[in-house]
Amino acid sequence: MHGEGTGILTQLTLGLGRFSLMGAEVVRSLCTVRPSLRDIIAQMYFIGVKSQGVVAITGAFAGMVLCAQTYYQFERLTVGSASLAVVSAAMCSELGPVLAGLMVAGRVGAAITAQIGTMRVTEQIDALRTMATHPVDYLVVPRVVAGVLVMPMLTSMVVAIGIAAAYLLGVGLLGMDSAYSLKHAQFYSEPFDVFAGLVKSVFFGGIITAIGCYKGIHCRGGAEGVGRATNEAVVQSCVTILIVNFFLTLILRQFR
Amino acid sequence: MIQVRQITKRFGDHLVLDGVSFDVPAGESVAIVGRSGVGKSVLLKHLIGLVQPDEGQVLVGGENLGAMSERQLLRVRRRFGMLFQGGALLDSMTVAENIAFPLRGREAHDDASTQRRIAEVLELVELPGIEQKLPSQLSGGMQKRVALARAIVHRPEIVLYDEPTTGLDPVVADSIDQLMMRVCERLNVTSIVVTHDMRTARRLGRRILMMKAGRIYLDDTAEHVFMSLDPVVRRFVDGVADLKEVEFP
Ligand SMILES: Nc1ncnc2c1ncn2[C@@H]1O[C@H](COP(=O)(O)OP(=O)(O)O)[C@@H](O)[C@H]1O
Ligand SMILES: [Mg+2]
Repeated sequence: MHGEGTGILTQLTLGLGRFSLMGAEVVRSLCTVRPSLRDIIAQMYFIGVKSQGVVAITGAFAGMVLCAQTYYQFERLTVGSASLAVVSAAMCSELGPVLAGLMVAGRVGAAITAQIGTMRVTEQIDALRTMATHPVDYLVVPRVVAGVLVMPMLTSMVVAIGIAAAYLLGVGLLGMDSAYSLKHAQFYSEPFDVFAGLVKSVFFGGIITAIGCYKGIHCRGGAEGVGRATNEAVVQSCVTILIVNFFLTLILRQFR
Repeated sequence: MIQVRQITKRFGDHLVLDGVSFDVPAGESVAIVGRSGVGKSVLLKHLIGLVQPDEGQVLVGGENLGAMSERQLLRVRRRFGMLFQGGALLDSMTVAENIAFPLRGREAHDDASTQRRIAEVLELVELPGIEQKLPSQLSGGMQKRVALARAIVHRPEIVLYDEPTTGLDPVVADSIDQLMMRVCERLNVTSIVVTHDMRTARRLGRRILMMKAGRIYLDDTAEHVFMSLDPVVRRFVDGVADLKEVEFP
């Protein structure tokens, strides 16, 4: 049980095993221990409110560049007013959740790992355990719950700001027709797309916070170890988001 | 109260504990001494189930810690208070919140009585009025004293101290010694103190366990240890380095 095994396969299996055990512990904690509302709200503030700025900027510029690029191509086929429909459909089901996920992974995932990892190497987590507090109850559950609750809101924000920015750019600068654009956008993006995006964002919120906590709790080796764990948490969250996004797109399609 | 049965522990291929056994009856105070890196902290963490042995057993009040899940261990740990070598204060919380932490979820502590209790233990460690400070605003010695206050605030049956006086100035070290003696003398508190300060060991431990190379080298009363003629013990008690080790190659 020490992760000192050298083989990559051993490391991977060991990591997945520990991660699953932590996941099981989170579920057990949610079923048996009443989570602290105060801690959850504090984490929602940190993950959600504090991420609004970066998420808004990401949404706006992604929406605008997608609109501009689509418009340049579509205009040659004289269907420029369909650009906003492309932006809106892509934003709702794919770009919105993924962009929000990647940005939050960079900002929040890294912060979670750095904080918990520092607690780990300075024996604060051991101290929690001696004070009859399970680290999963106290550190992991509030973060994962907050992440799962907050990500759909941040995703909605990316989607809304992205589409609004695209509309303003298209109509104000590129000369798209306002009425046609809105009509097409409404016609081609269905409630299902919005639903799929929100479902994805719930998964992403869980992934980011769970990986962040896991990397922090299992980090070792002083300041350098915390740095390495933080780095790994961001990279692995981002990669996992992209992979899970692909499979969720295929799976959610079945429920259409 | 605490029974340690033939525990071994290795980290990778480094054998840290190699068959350690001893008993600590309720109410006794024991000092564990030994050179740094010999495994004193690791041994102490076994007693409260923070680390599980590779072989052997640790029993607390007859219950085998090795057979328990982390959640079952939490219940046993309520009987303990532990002072970590580095203090291990929760750095996102104030001093008052840190000290109140072990009181969480215990029999209805209303706010006023908790505040009174916090002020009381802070008075005890001679740091009155620093409730609202953050650990990062305190010196290392002050952090350690706050950690000591946190370890005893819930009146545990068993207190584990990991190097309580290391790194403190002599006056504060003395007051910590006296404070620990006072805590020990309270009825039925079992204390185990890890230290390499022989003065602390002599004052606190009626019984001294000396560790060497992963084993208990010596387990005797303090008087016997200080009068021992065994060269290894003598060197440690007198704080004399083994010349072979410091010789320049
Ligand atoms: N978590 C760990 N992983 C690997 N090695 C460890 C770990 N904890 C302690 N050790 C090793 O165990 C030995 C004893 O450490 P420790 O108990 O802290 O010594 P001390 O007697 O000074 O308190 C050291 O050599 C240390 O490197
Ligand atoms: Mg130590």
